[in-house]
Amino acid sequence: MRARLATGLGGAAGRVSRLTGRGDGSVIGGVLGLRVEPDLLRLLAADREVILVTGTNGKTTTTRLITAALGALGQQVASNAFGANMAAGLASALGRAPQARYAVLETDERYVPAVIDATSPRVVTLLNLSRDQMDRAAEIWLIARRWREALEAAPDTLVIANADDPLIAWAAGAAKQVTWVAAGQRWHEDSWCCPECGSHLSRNGSDWRCHECSFGRPPTPWELDGEAVIDPHGRRRELDLALPGRANRSNAVVALAVADVFGVTPDQALPRLREVKSVAGRYTVVPRGGCTVRLLLAKNPAGWLEAFDVLTAGEGPVLLAVNAQIPDGKDTSWLWDVDYRLLRTRPVYVSGERRMDLAVRLEADEVEFELTDGLDDVVGRIQSGDLDVIANYTAFQHIRTLVGRAE
Amino acid sequence: MGGAAERAGRGPAGLAGPGDDSEDSLMPQHRARHAAPTTDSQLRLVWVYPDLLSTYGDRGNLLVLQRRAQLRGIAVEAIEVNADQAVPAGGDIYLMGGGEDLPQILAARRLAADGGLQAAAARGAVVFAVCAGYQVIGTQFGGVEGEPVQGLGILDVSSGRGDRRGVGEIVADVDPELHVDRLTGFENHQGLTRIGPGARPLARVSLGTGNGDGTEGAYAGRVLGTYLHGPVLVRNTGLADLLLTWATGPLAALDEADEKWAARLRAERLDAVAGQVRAGQ
Repeated sequence: MRARLATGLGGAAGRVSRLTGRGDGSVIGGVLGLRVEPDLLRLLAADREVILVTGTNGKTTTTRLITAALGALGQQVASNAFGANMAAGLASALGRAPQARYAVLETDERYVPAVIDATSPRVVTLLNLSRDQMDRAAEIWLIARRWREALEAAPDTLVIANADDPLIAWAAGAAKQVTWVAAGQRWHEDSWCCPECGSHLSRNGSDWRCHECSFGRPPTPWELDGEAVIDPHGRRRELDLALPGRANRSNAVVALAVADVFGVTPDQALPRLREVKSVAGRYTVVPRGGCTVRLLLAKNPAGWLEAFDVLTAGEGPVLLAVNAQIPDGKDTSWLWDVDYRLLRTRPVYVSGERRMDLAVRLEADEVEFELTDGLDDVVGRIQSGDLDVIANYTAFQHIRTLVGRAE
Repeated sequence: MGGAAERAGRGPAGLAGPGDDSEDSLMPQHRARHAAPTTDSQLRLVWVYPDLLSTYGDRGNLLVLQRRAQLRGIAVEAIEVNADQAVPAGGDIYLMGGGEDLPQILAARRLAADGGLQAAAARGAVVFAVCAGYQVIGTQFGGVEGEPVQGLGILDVSSGRGDRRGVGEIVADVDPELHVDRLTGFENHQGLTRIGPGARPLARVSLGTGNGDGTEGAYAGRVLGTYLHGPVLVRNTGLADLLLTWATGPLAALDEADEKWAARLRAERLDAVAGQVRAGQ
């Protein structure tokens, strides 16, 4: 009864939040609910098949893809589809779908041990781990160690993990049951050290191993191979997604591996994955003042590499927007881990609260740019044609609000 | 000097960058291509262990030094040395960045065995070390559980682990003898550093934690360390020029146009924390 009352209150607050334009309404409902019933998440997760999705990049998209794939089961699936990924957002998502037997829950990296404890998940999905908002997150090796300990203590949980990321392989390695996926790793700068013994890892193509201890890349039944997925039977299928870029192909392969656990075959899942065209505003294309604007979210160096991967081909204009609010991280040092030189051939516009940091960064990479006051200022300058926007978290949310939240 | 002409021919960013020309250049085999220094006419910048000590934007310091030297007509060779390579002896400025515990300990172990950095410091090369790198060049620092780990002893400082992380904007006023403007940066560390008789504090903290005793960073001769992490030289071009001066002698002033964006960023950041900063010394 208390759980039902709590979720009722939370649902009302969520509607107020949406109506007043303050957000998706997916966090505030959970926050109020948790005040009424501290153990709400545990109560709400009981008797459900819970799938947690975590990692530095791709959480929201992978959560969406898994949810889409599980649609083949013909049952309601609860999910925090809008990226509200702390305890409150998870409770809110479950509270809104009391009948759903399945729950796909994106989980903030820092809360993984607590959420494993509260939800006793059937599956935990580990995507990747790299530097991100380091002013408020712990060092990533410490995060990996906490995951490792939590998974070791959850023998009934199946871990689906990206074997191409050594930190992920180490975090998952202590679990009783693991299905390894070769999902690729574009960003290597946080995985030169053996997480087990601290020695230098050696890499050979996609393989990696430590020569000091026995730690190395495990064999992978699921593989991303270029544009295709190879399943555990060795069968190859073209992914042919609507979502762009290598990172999303990687997310899709992970989603296929998760769906398989619940009896959804790749042949059943793939058509559903192909229908996903944008995720919580990411990759959304909107008309604005005569221009066609495409929104890309990039929150950290690895994410920027992925965003550059999916820029519209050619030499079209790009708007870069960077804020440094608490959700973004207050520290903009990471801008110097991104190589901007491939933007030299494009008109580049900068905006956001920390546009001055961007200006100095682009100057160092000899990328010409114009300082602007935001999307409408840029649209006014270029008047027509395509505009790609790459923004970090709160800058992205700001632009989404500006153009309307409809996907 | 004819800075503009130099710039057109060879951009500051043209020598080093995580991406280079191919998208695969993050791979170690691409990184390993850097040759040993060849001529004496160039300023040789040696970035020590970017694979281990580059947690958050440390490349910025290399890029800023490179740019400010090249704008003055000084040719630059940027050398990135990974932990499985020998540290070259002939560098002019050695750079070290931040790192997490395991990479920091591994870096200290490798550098102690290599000996190249210690030899360079002993013959008077400039060493500029940030955060974890700052601790590594000291006599000791705190390991994974806070246990003491031996440092290189290039700078007479000794670090341990404090009770809480110092995270946030930091402002510090530099030792007047160095004639460098107030430092503005970001710190994110749990270190406490004590300065021995062989070194002096780099600055006094006006906002933030620094060494933990009201001082920030340390220097002795041409060796300088700081807790201002990542791309500290971006906002503190005076500190960048101090390092260049130590390596090359007196420098020409830069055109205002070349200083414009860094000056605006610096003013903006100092302004953003003005209400929290204690009065300067």
